[in-house]
Amino acid sequence: MIAARAMGGALLLAGLAAPWLASEYVLSVLIVSLWFAYVGQAWNIMMGFAGQLSLGHAMYVGLGAYAAAGLFVFTGIGPWLGAPLAVIVAVIAGAGIGWLGFRFQVKGVYFALLTIAFAEFTRILFDHITVLGGSGGLFLPVGQRSGVDLINLRGGPVMFYYVIFVMTVAITALSWALLRTRLGYQWQAIREDAEAAEAVGVPVFRTKLLAVMLSAGLTALGGVFFAFYYNTLFPEQIFAKSRSIEMILAPIIGGMGTVLGPLVGALLLTPLGELTMAVIAGLGVTNAGVRQVVFGVLLILVLWFLPQGVWPWLTQRWAKGRRQ
Amino acid sequence: MTDLLVVDGVSRSFRGLRAVSEVGFTVPEGGIVGLIGPNGAGKTTCFNLIAGVLRPDQGDIRFAGRSLIGLRPDQIAAAGIGRTFQIVRPFPELTVRQNVTVGALLRHRRVADAEAAADAVLSRLELATKADRHAGSLTLPDRKRLEVARALATNPRLLLLDEVMAGLRPTEIDAMVAILVDLNRTTGLTILLIEHVMRAVMALCQHIVVLHHGELIAAGPPAAIQSNPTVIGSYLGEEALG
Ligand SMILES: Nc1ncnc2c1ncn2[C@@H]1O[C@H](COP(=O)(O)OP(=O)(O)OP(=O)(O)O)[C@@H](O)[C@H]1O
Ligand SMILES: [Mg+2]
Repeated sequence: MIAARAMGGALLLAGLAAPWLASEYVLSVLIVSLWFAYVGQAWNIMMGFAGQLSLGHAMYVGLGAYAAAGLFVFTGIGPWLGAPLAVIVAVIAGAGIGWLGFRFQVKGVYFALLTIAFAEFTRILFDHITVLGGSGGLFLPVGQRSGVDLINLRGGPVMFYYVIFVMTVAITALSWALLRTRLGYQWQAIREDAEAAEAVGVPVFRTKLLAVMLSAGLTALGGVFFAFYYNTLFPEQIFAKSRSIEMILAPIIGGMGTVLGPLVGALLLTPLGELTMAVIAGLGVTNAGVRQVVFGVLLILVLWFLPQGVWPWLTQRWAKGRRQ
Repeated sequence: MTDLLVVDGVSRSFRGLRAVSEVGFTVPEGGIVGLIGPNGAGKTTCFNLIAGVLRPDQGDIRFAGRSLIGLRPDQIAAAGIGRTFQIVRPFPELTVRQNVTVGALLRHRRVADAEAAADAVLSRLELATKADRHAGSLTLPDRKRLEVARALATNPRLLLLDEVMAGLRPTEIDAMVAILVDLNRTTGLTILLIEHVMRAVMALCQHIVVLHHGELIAAGPPAAIQSNPTVIGSYLGEEALG
């Protein structure tokens, strides 16, 4: 507990100061790290808290990104309305998938397959929505990168850094609070044993559905950020299976079901991936698959030696250290 | 006394096997009733039918005058029936207190209130010192106690106990019997229990129902059941030998 607080405080201070200390390159790596921390937290609510495995979370990123970007491109209305729209679209999609899966008792791996199938279906669908650019992509008009326009989310890297920083802090606080609510207890009970949870009065179907909807809506906000930060959207990229997988690595390596696990995982993983890329590029090798291999090896190592994840292992070590 | 639970001509088959066959009995409000019979007699299946995990092929189950048929297990829990599982099902990664708090959250909206209720139940079941342990790390007797505690925390009117004494030492059995008697006396809790430990059954129950091959073969007060030739032939005799 004290370890968690110290760690949290240090991270918070470092995070606030970062843009003034970091180079533009380092800042861009931090933005990506925090983005993965944010979406990792959103996924963790569904899987880590409620025990429902989704391997198609890129779908909610994509839906959120396209909803907000489409609104902006066609009407000039910024994320202040685009973000709520993105959340609504993703929540409806999540509710649909959850309803289908839970209504017909599709469990575990089969439910995960269902989430993959829907993500793939959505990707193919967006390839053919010509108004949104189809497979050719959707491009947001890029404003000056020097100004700061929070309402329309137009500005430079420092602005985007603080936006994703605040989003990540907020979702971490939300996760912390949720775990302490009635709903949080009921999610964990379902994760541990759904039938036993039902026997003590937990309405399992509704409670699981809430987890999916909340997770989907929060993930969509990550998609909105993505759209306005990168300004280009391709269905092949944003809905990609590889993205769905990459999004869940941080919480798995950091520690599923914990509040700080996804954050710790993302802050380890993304910089490590970047470092690998830099080293590889320095060696003059061009191979896009190397990063995936590094992540894969790291995943195996963590699952082998620290099956609970890095963060629970760290807290246990600290607790042990203090007792001695 | 009025009947809190009425099981009325209930049957349930699994792929041709009649696990429960036209079984009927009642549990009076405030009473303690035993459900006994040899392995595979259909006792746990009866519990699953009452708790809504399984749906009867025919027959009706009424609780406090209202039919339970078609209700989900969580709705039946909310109606006031708590149950334990013969093969214990704790929430292993949660602490003992959290396990019981989940049960208490059925009646309490606020987590703090539920925790207070959970702590009261834990001390009643002598689990208070283990409240912060992970449920997965408990010994079997403690897990059995935790099953009872979690069900009790839902504040039920009727408690279904499925072999909560199995695997307990004699002193632990006596302690559990004392707890149940106390709960029954002080709170008026109605109990239906499945039990192979005859000492506990005879000490607790005012009425006993005997199942064999899914059928009800005898019902009555403990003394009558103990001397019932059919029961001795099919169950008690074999228990005495074993
Ligand atoms: N879900 C199920 N599917 C198929 N068969 C089942 C199922 N549940 C129970 N049975 C069968 O129904 C019969 C009655 O089982 P049940 O568990 O009710 O017995 P029991 O009286 O509780 O026995 P024990 O004393 O061993 O716990 C058994 O033959 C069992 O194999
Ligand atoms: Mg049984």
